[in-house]
Amino acid sequence: MITFNQVTKKYSSEKTAVKNVDFTVDEGKIVVLLGPSGCGKTTLLRMVNRLESITEGSIVIDDEDSMDLDAIELRRKIGYVIQSNGLFPNMTIEENVMIVPDLLGWNKKKKTERFTYLMKLIGLDPKIYKKRYPHELSGGQQQRIGVVRALAADPPVMLMDEPFGALDPIIREKIQDEFLQIQREVKKTILFVSHDIDEAIKMADKIMLLRDGEIMQYDTPSEMLTHPKNDFVNQFFGKDRAIKSLSLHTVKDLQEVIGLAEMDESIYDTKTINVNQDLRNTLSMLLNQEADQVIVTNDEGKRIGSITIDLVQKYLHFEIKGKLSVSQEG
Amino acid sequence: MNNKKLIGNGFRFFIYGLVIAFVAWAIYNQYFSYIFSQSSTFLVLLRQHFVLVLVSSVLAILIAVPAGIVITRPKFRKAEWLITNIVNFGQTIPSLAVLALMISVLGIGFNTAVFALFIYSILPIFRNTVAGLDTIDPNLIDAAKGMGMKPSQILFRIELPNAVYSILAGIRTAVVLNIGTAALAYVVGGGGLGVWIFTGIQLFDNGFLISGAIPVTIMAILADYLLRKLENVLVPKGAREVSNT
Ligand SMILES: Nc1ncnc2c1ncn2[C@@H]1O[C@H](COP(=O)(O)OP(=O)(O)O)[C@@H](O)[C@H]1O
Ligand SMILES: [Mg+2]
Repeated sequence: MITFNQVTKKYSSEKTAVKNVDFTVDEGKIVVLLGPSGCGKTTLLRMVNRLESITEGSIVIDDEDSMDLDAIELRRKIGYVIQSNGLFPNMTIEENVMIVPDLLGWNKKKKTERFTYLMKLIGLDPKIYKKRYPHELSGGQQQRIGVVRALAADPPVMLMDEPFGALDPIIREKIQDEFLQIQREVKKTILFVSHDIDEAIKMADKIMLLRDGEIMQYDTPSEMLTHPKNDFVNQFFGKDRAIKSLSLHTVKDLQEVIGLAEMDESIYDTKTINVNQDLRNTLSMLLNQEADQVIVTNDEGKRIGSITIDLVQKYLHFEIKGKLSVSQEG
Repeated sequence: MNNKKLIGNGFRFFIYGLVIAFVAWAIYNQYFSYIFSQSSTFLVLLRQHFVLVLVSSVLAILIAVPAGIVITRPKFRKAEWLITNIVNFGQTIPSLAVLALMISVLGIGFNTAVFALFIYSILPIFRNTVAGLDTIDPNLIDAAKGMGMKPSQILFRIELPNAVYSILAGIRTAVVLNIGTAALAYVVGGGGLGVWIFTGIQLFDNGFLISGAIPVTIMAILADYLLRKLENVLVPKGAREVSNT
């Protein structure tokens, strides 16, 4: 758990980068710091591991004031990932990943075991990559290594500053999914900086929207999209925020609220979609499809119904317009 | 990159070829006879030359590398321009002026020669040390700091290994220049192979001239070769690839 108590950062008497920020990141949750460039996201993040000093207020990590610890000791307990991956070109992948365990004086056996475990987590063969150097890896692989390097000593807290910002969209999405998968297993308390709305909606348990160093809203993604607190939040998420919010819901959610449509048995070559797929992808599939329905399958591959653009629209309406009751036509 | 390497190698072999042709010509004319007829003198001069270069280069490395490290620490960053200007200024003083100055302080002999050579070796080493440390991506330093490395760990595990290529290049430049310049030690009574070279010039004796000059050339080529080999040993594999691209 990370608690910010009235945290203020002044770079100079005129330049206040963060103003009276007060919030809590719950244990095992991802909080995304979101906002336009220069709003103070990086500054806020870097105050946690004391790469920047705190001008006023305090940051408490798991009941311990960050200022009570030695800065070096504190940092070794906090995973840190940056956009440009920060891998050291002179070190092999294993050396890079094992830096913090090495600083903490782990023995060789423990390090080797941990390295093997971490590499498996990101689907890279530890034997093959062990002796490679960073420049021999693709951008996506380098970023994955950057992430597991931060996880190496199993820190309870992770700070990630636009970790996937430099990757191209397809790889970015893949690594986001992979990271969420890892997070389900490791359950770290994570502060994650992003300026990408879609990324924030996807990754966040809660989003912290900042403007000029001040909190605009701190809420779950769906609350933020459906109940923006002020004009800034409203405009920041834009006109298509309703569509964006679709990625927070699955076909199953829709099925539970308004039910699926019946299958048109005369159509056989239509595409199928898994019931756990999110509605945003479902919608784009429907829009790309000539037929106006897509068959929904459950995890066993059994066809359980179909979904149409109309249904998605109905659900959207229901979700956005404050949970209006919708008559169940199915 | 490969093309550049190819041209570089080609050029180097061309030069080697010229040197070999020249040596062959000199042998044909028996210009090396002094090396054999006065071999004890030759060995003394050769050793003097070698010691001049070795002592002055080692001193320069011991001063310039740490100076480059100190000046790139955050605390001293602001003084960088000052030190760099002083070092640059030192380089613009003509060699003869430095020698004259040194003679008036240290008198004539080995010390003066070593000191002058030392002064001349500092700049390339210092400049390359600073450049090597400066060109390291600040994000690397940030990541290292963020992971809880101490400043000394950052210096020895990250900064120096990634700057060693540039530092060694500076040392190589300095040593090779130094071997040539050391021939001037004769002027201040510092000995070395310059003694034969200048004797040859004064007496119009090609034999002395070439018996002095060729060993100096060979020494320079050899130093260049050995220091390149040292690069392969000292520069970490990953950093090597990066600095080559
Ligand atoms: N080291 C610094 N010195 C002075 N001002 C800074 C420094 N770092 C950041 N700032 C300023 O503080 C503000 C917030 O910066 P930053 O936290 O990097 O924003 P973000 O990460 O949201 O883009 C910006 O106006 C930036 O110019
Ligand atoms: Mg930033």
